[in-house]
Amino acid sequence: MTTCLHAYSRRELLLGSGVLFAWTHLPKLARAEGRDPRVLVVVLRGALDGLAMVAPVGDPDWVALRGDKALLVDGNTPALRLDNFFALNPAMPNLHRLYAAGQATIVHAAATPYRERSHFDGQDVLESGLTKPGAVDTGWLNRALATLAPEGRVNPRGGRAFAVGPVTPLVVRGPAPVMSWSPTRLQPASDDTVLRLIDLYRHTDPALAQTLEGRMGLIEMTRAEKMNLIDAAGGQGAQPGIPRIRAYFAEAAGTAAAYLARPDGPRVGALAFGGWDTHINEGAVGGQLGNLLGALDGAIAAIEGNMRDAWHETVVMVVTEFGRTARINGNDGTDHGTGTVALLLGGALKGGRVVADWPGLKPANLFEGRDLKPTTDLRAVLKGVLKDHLRVGDEALAASVFPGSEAVKPLGGLLASA
Amino acid sequence: MTLDPKGVAALALHRFGLGPRPGSINVIASDPRGALLAEIDRPGAGQIGHHPELLASAQAARAAYEDREARQAKQTLAQRAQKEAERQKAMAAEAGGDMSMEAKAGAAMETPAAPKPEVRPEPPLAQQILRKEAKARIDAALGAEIGFADRLAWFWSNHFCVNADKVPALAGGYEREAIRPHVLGRFADMLLAAESHPAMLFYLDNSSSIGPNSTAGINRSRGLNENLAREILELHTLGVRSGYTQDDVTRFAYVLTGWTIIPVANDPERGGQFVFNRRLHEPGPQQVVGKTYADGGAEQGRAVLGDLARHPATATHVATKLARHFVADEPPPALVERLAKVFRDTDGDLKQVSKALVTAPEAWSEQRPKLKRPAEWIIAGLRAVGITDADVQRMLQGFNLLGEPLWRPPAPKGFSDEQGAWLDGLALRIDIASQFATRVADRIDPASIVDLALGPLASSETRQTVARAESRAQALTLLLMSPEFQRR
Repeated sequence: MTTCLHAYSRRELLLGSGVLFAWTHLPKLARAEGRDPRVLVVVLRGALDGLAMVAPVGDPDWVALRGDKALLVDGNTPALRLDNFFALNPAMPNLHRLYAAGQATIVHAAATPYRERSHFDGQDVLESGLTKPGAVDTGWLNRALATLAPEGRVNPRGGRAFAVGPVTPLVVRGPAPVMSWSPTRLQPASDDTVLRLIDLYRHTDPALAQTLEGRMGLIEMTRAEKMNLIDAAGGQGAQPGIPRIRAYFAEAAGTAAAYLARPDGPRVGALAFGGWDTHINEGAVGGQLGNLLGALDGAIAAIEGNMRDAWHETVVMVVTEFGRTARINGNDGTDHGTGTVALLLGGALKGGRVVADWPGLKPANLFEGRDLKPTTDLRAVLKGVLKDHLRVGDEALAASVFPGSEAVKPLGGLLASA
Repeated sequence: MTLDPKGVAALALHRFGLGPRPGSINVIASDPRGALLAEIDRPGAGQIGHHPELLASAQAARAAYEDREARQAKQTLAQRAQKEAERQKAMAAEAGGDMSMEAKAGAAMETPAAPKPEVRPEPPLAQQILRKEAKARIDAALGAEIGFADRLAWFWSNHFCVNADKVPALAGGYEREAIRPHVLGRFADMLLAAESHPAMLFYLDNSSSIGPNSTAGINRSRGLNENLAREILELHTLGVRSGYTQDDVTRFAYVLTGWTIIPVANDPERGGQFVFNRRLHEPGPQQVVGKTYADGGAEQGRAVLGDLARHPATATHVATKLARHFVADEPPPALVERLAKVFRDTDGDLKQVSKALVTAPEAWSEQRPKLKRPAEWIIAGLRAVGITDADVQRMLQGFNLLGEPLWRPPAPKGFSDEQGAWLDGLALRIDIASQFATRVADRIDPASIVDLALGPLASSETRQTVARAESRAQALTLLLMSPEFQRR
């Protein structure tokens, strides 16, 4: 599967006129503690091969499983050691640095409750937060925001969800009106035209009115102060192939971070990167997956850089719908699987560890004889962050954010402060 | 409020067609349903007529390959010539050994790092082919009287989507060869044409899938790829969660081994065509969705596809998607069941299913909950002002910006048919509408454009807003952005 990536220069991103934010609430409880937490969710669409990102080099069955495709700490391109058991793909030095600094936590052998292998259903479960696909058209992140008690008017424009791209990820859709921000090359329509339309929509089509109203708030915000982005992509303009993907990842993630960092900016955002469906010639080192992981690593650096001081109040959650087959398939790739890796990043974390109840890689230990067996429910991790970072209550987490997850307790101890 | 005949005509054009052209509301007002039925009864409906510039896809694949090779050869020659020039320069420098360091540095700088062509090089042939295919598709949409047949073609093309990033030279030919001829024919024929088309076989990796016990599988290390088999079951036929298992996917993938493409590099006559290659095919019978299929080579796969096309879950899946596309994100269950029944009773006769759709009372609800998808909206905008000869490049950019790049869906599932996915692109539509309106404003009469484009569908608020616009361009922008024009 291929996902369309369009590279836009930084200037084009800043000129973007299709800029929208959701009016949601400020997390009152967290504010009462003197904190101003930020959350950014990055969805990797297509199913990430967790074993190729974080390899269990200490597992005695690892090399037999992946053969010459197995990442090794003493290979030609050595993997980056995380502990005595796990090592990181060499394309991700920034993640390795954050891990060493205690600002990254890696969750392995994790999965949502979904046990089939459809991308679209898998993404639906991942983003909706429900146990079954196709049940709702709202996402857990949006519903989590909707449960938080508002802090009042301290920050009239703050606390808005933020989505990047012309198609809004499901995870941020929901009762709190969601607005998205999209790059554009076009000269924007005049404010007068927009105001006339909002007036027309208010009288004839409330849903369209609500969508458009958020736009005006953003235009004000962009004009109020030119944002200062770090150009993590290292250069601008249309670049072919991998550099273009690197530039797109870094610009999209960096832009989201720059908005989240602002004192009057949104506090919660989401974006999605595609391209992880590596059925053929996966290339964990130096190939297509290695390149994508490198681009993701650049995006991580861009987020960290553009968050500036707010990095210490930030948690970034990098998640994917499911993993891939433990073994390599007939095309030097991997097919749809189950258990995989999730990443937590940010200065607010008590990181520097791999959270995993390792299932082992012997044939008998594999899920349905083919996939890394999931031993950690991803919802426990997400709930742990929402609870300890944003202060979403236990009851809301089990009832409306992740319905049907009463038995899945929030994972504690992920945050430095909690 | 009940719509008068003109209102029903306008609704027909927006909901089932590609939007009114100037005058078309009046043309079909006497019998809107009959006009829709007549359009799909026309011989060749939904197809793109003979076009001297369009190539058959195998031909396109070979031409694109030869173009790539020729470009590479040209580049190799240029590099050789440059190396030779550098070598001679170095020899000359050595001969004049008293040259100062500065002079040497200067000489090095004079050597161009890369040849800078004066003229912009022609885009690769594959991109030129894609552009011509896009133009043919857009021309058909702009020229259609109502556009119902083209909407059906777009729907099925999205249902059986491929991605032009992976198959640039084939994406357009695929739609013309595998989809359009069957849009008003039998589903089973479209299914077979789509799954055996080189564009699909390459897009979903089946062309490199090898049965582990086939001759090639035993002799080589490469093997099975279950991508196509899974998506046929999940997306093209039965639908997800319809009861098939992982084992069905794997078995079906075995069945499809050997369905591949004649390599373009080896065969200048037939390269790029579908072929069943027995050496790649997993031998033996396979059980798929409860039935055992004897190994008859390509027949085994045809038999499975034939049964999948006839499976009741396929009827329901297809009926749901059609109703969702044309009527509502959550389509009325009675409508879905009616369409599914026609599908089952007629052995998947898509003309009968399409007729059932436009004659169903549920399909004519005056509520218009659907937002036009970006391409539908952009085409409708051009049609509203009577444009028949479009700037294709600009339109493709518009599709890209609004998140619906032509033949480049984000995943094999195709573009979403739900409002939630497109609502947030609304603000970008204003900018596109505004740019377009600025360019074409002098063609329109603000006093009559609302009636031409919306007829009785226009609310008094919309009429007033357009009438009070500060300029012709603003009037057209507001019309194109009005809820009645955005929705269908």
